Amino acid sequence: MRELSLHLLDLARNSIEAGATLLELTVVEDPRTDTLKIVLRDNGAGMDEQAVARATDAFYTTRTTRRWGLGLALFKATCEAAQGQLEVASRPGEGTVVSATLRLGHLDRPPLGNMGALLQALVCEADRLALRYRHRVGDREFYLDTEELRRELGGICLTEPVVLQWLAGHVNAELRTLGSRA
Amino acid sequence: MKTREELQAIRERAKAALAVRGSEGGIRVVIAMGTCGIAAGARETLSALIEELAQRGISDVTVSQTGCKGLCDKEPVVEVHLPSGQVITYGGVTPPVMRRIVAEQIVNGQIVSQYVIGTETEAC
Repeated sequence: MRELSLHLLDLARNSIEAGATLLELTVVEDPRTDTLKIVLRDNGAGMDEQAVARATDAFYTTRTTRRWGLGLALFKATCEAAQGQLEVASRPGEGTVVSATLRLGHLDRPPLGNMGALLQALVCEADRLALRYRHRVGDREFYLDTEELRRELGGICLTEPVVLQWLAGHVNAELRTLGSRA
Repeated sequence: MKTREELQAIRERAKAALAVRGSEGGIRVVIAMGTCGIAAGARETLSALIEELAQRGISDVTVSQTGCKGLCDKEPVVEVHLPSGQVITYGGVTPPVMRRIVAEQIVNGQIVSQYVIGTETEAC
């Protein structure tokens, strides 16, 4: 995948399929320590110890239609190519936390990419999901909470095309203002 | 606060779109968004769909996403579910193809046969 945001979309969809109603995405760009940290936390079904241990194995899956599951394995490979790592922590009934660390300035680190389009694709499913997105660059921060947006919009659904289109542009504009270089 | 003003404007636009219900009512568009679909560009297809619906002021088409359906070589895959129960499955739906599907199929009711990979009828 060409962008980290595409990996995140893939993982967030796992959360949705695990029945998550709350998804928290935190991105921290720290040029001083040359790190990019990405944490995705959900309140879905979670996994037991054995499943966590094999979650990043491409040839492990819980579904019965096919014998492989590439999402986490691909993201792990991407992190490791940029001198980083991927950790998965989970407990049955308590949700899952995926934490990725990459070297910000590494040549093999894919760009974060179109975060606006990521948020748009996730909020498109927001009838079932509350989303909190926090993005830090140095000491500055952008925060978006779909529940706040929902209140501001009154009776208008977050999934209305005009709302979704505005959202993608809004997120990307805010990240530019923030000085995101990832 | 700029965001609040923008949201106010969006609210008005959405209300206007809701007031004008077109013939598209009840159509559901499902985009396959599994690992293979995402890698093949399904997210850009979704963005193109949203943009096209927003620009045309269409608000009664339901957009949803699903996982991999085993048609990985045909991705991005998009299904159009018509109120009649007919489901048209399209393959190779890049953003320009998605825009054509909105214009020709969703608005004008004409199947874009060039990209159809299957049709079936859902039991209601």
